[in-house]
Amino acid sequence: MIRLHEVTRVYATGETAVHALAGVSLEIGRGEFVAIMGQSGSGKSTLMNIIGLLDRPSSGEYGFGGRDVAQLSEDARARLRGSAFGFVFQSYNLLARMTALEQVELPLIYQGAPDRKRRAAEALVRVGLQDRITHLPTELSGGEQQRVAIARSLVVNPLVLLADEPTGALDTATGHELMTLFSELVEQQGLTVVLVTHEAEVAAYAKRTVRMRDGRIIEDSGSPVTAAAAGGPAP
Amino acid sequence: MSPLDAFRIALRAIFANRLRSALTSLGLVIGVSSVIVLIAVGQGTQRGVTDQIRGLGTDLIFIESSAAATTSQTGGLGGLAQSTLVQGDAIAIADDAIPGVVSVAAQIAVDAQAVAGSNNVGAEIVGTSSTYAEVRDLGIGSGTFITPLHDEDGSLVAALGARVADTLYPGLDPVGQEVRLSFAGGRITFPFIVVGVLDEQGGASEANDQVFVPLSGVAGRLRFLYTPTGDLRVTQIDIQTASGADEQRVKDEVSELLLFLHETPEPDFVIQSQDDLISAATEVSNTLSILLGSIAGISLLVGGIGVMNIMLVSVTERTREIGIRRAVGATAGDIVKQFVTEALTLSLFGGVVGIAIGIGASLAVDGRELGGQEMTTLIQPWSIAMAFLVAAGVGFASGSYPAYRATTVDPIAALRNE
Repeated sequence: MIRLHEVTRVYATGETAVHALAGVSLEIGRGEFVAIMGQSGSGKSTLMNIIGLLDRPSSGEYGFGGRDVAQLSEDARARLRGSAFGFVFQSYNLLARMTALEQVELPLIYQGAPDRKRRAAEALVRVGLQDRITHLPTELSGGEQQRVAIARSLVVNPLVLLADEPTGALDTATGHELMTLFSELVEQQGLTVVLVTHEAEVAAYAKRTVRMRDGRIIEDSGSPVTAAAAGGPAP
Repeated sequence: MSPLDAFRIALRAIFANRLRSALTSLGLVIGVSSVIVLIAVGQGTQRGVTDQIRGLGTDLIFIESSAAATTSQTGGLGGLAQSTLVQGDAIAIADDAIPGVVSVAAQIAVDAQAVAGSNNVGAEIVGTSSTYAEVRDLGIGSGTFITPLHDEDGSLVAALGARVADTLYPGLDPVGQEVRLSFAGGRITFPFIVVGVLDEQGGASEANDQVFVPLSGVAGRLRFLYTPTGDLRVTQIDIQTASGADEQRVKDEVSELLLFLHETPEPDFVIQSQDDLISAATEVSNTLSILLGSIAGISLLVGGIGVMNIMLVSVTERTREIGIRRAVGATAGDIVKQFVTEALTLSLFGGVVGIAIGIGASLAVDGRELGGQEMTTLIQPWSIAMAFLVAAGVGFASGSYPAYRATTVDPIAALRNE
């Protein structure tokens, strides 16, 4: 479903160019639970941004669902991003002064979807927050806030959930609960999850681990970089 | 995103910062309300002046001496002594049978003190003839106006304007009473017998503060008003024309006649119809309206800059919010819509409140004395529409640039911005 070929991302910072990604080829199939691991600066977040259409590759190919999406217009990318991807960040990125239900409704507003309240409430039930629907972020614990963020990314029924250090701000027990939730979403609901982390304990929940260093993939437990085409289920 | 959703988001953002939003709108409230009030004052003044001119009568043409026109403001006898117009001119115009001329009245207007018993009042003494009441459409409350008999025998009688009568004879019927008129700072005083009192004239009419006496009566006692050739100098000649008459033709023919009588190639007099006076006054007050409107327009502009300023601050402050919205599927267009709607809502709120205050203030000021002058305001629907449209335009313009800036926010940087 996700197919990256020789993707690079170069940032020009003053005189020198920084190669955040120095040629990454990766395939991820539907229903996979992939952890991308690496030190900070290894390019794992850049990779996630490119997969999630938040960023564009400097060169290389990106196919999503059999479609070349590297050259899509900004608006087309925004629409695809809104409908096919869900994002979860370390800082929950909830909007202040909005109830859990309103936070989860937000993507549906931009999709112009009908029946928003009911669908948002259902998404909150999916992450176990049926008792927190009218709470504001300040009235929720860190784990609960992160669940609201997950519900917000699930409400559009995305194909892929992208999680960037989702447990980074949580204590260990809450972190484990959250990872259990991700596993359930993958196993019971067929969601594809790409998880960026530097904690091996968190990565252990994933079925496949991709290690990165200096903008390159140095190890892939699921499908070797050199034989990318052979690994993973076809999209 | 539907417009309703955009409006909801805008309201939320506006109410999240109530004080700031209120202060931002205040600039537009002041701008819009001052546009409405100042234009209402300008137009009200115009209406007042044109009413005053119309109140002089209907279908009138006024002739004044060019020399007196510059000096008659003093109201003294000196100005009158320089007048080039004489009573003979009025008689000649009446005798010349110019088509369209209905009646002619010459007049002398002098400021004087009117005294009765222990009461006295400053009044303009108008020396004229019995035709004047007809020319100026003056109604008589009690007694009579100057009669043709008075014109002939030059008797010392007076018809009082309504306010003069009230001041000199409070609660009394002045007819038959004596009133003393004192000219030139009291050096010349004559007793007159009151023969009538005029009806109270419409608000702007000057007739309420005037005293009417027969020209012949005054002239016989003020010898210096005569020219060396024995003609009586007058301040002004009024001509009433037939309704629908060609005023321009009447003016031309009267002008030709006067040039001949005065034996001069260049006019030493000024002929103006009521319409001329009204259009001159309208021109002046339109200039005033434009001036006042421009000043108010500047405050509207400043208000708009305030809105833009706050919107720019708001975009900067809400970088993270913009990033989150982009990440959950908002297009650049959605972001633009959100910020433009917000600026538009702020501006239109300011506009609506400003219109309400503008109308309220205009109504409150109407008819009040301000600096000894009665204020008249005339609320113009077009000024309300204009102020509203300008407010909307300001909102749109001042929202657009910040909204564009919002779309340049990099969602990645915004989302990692903790």
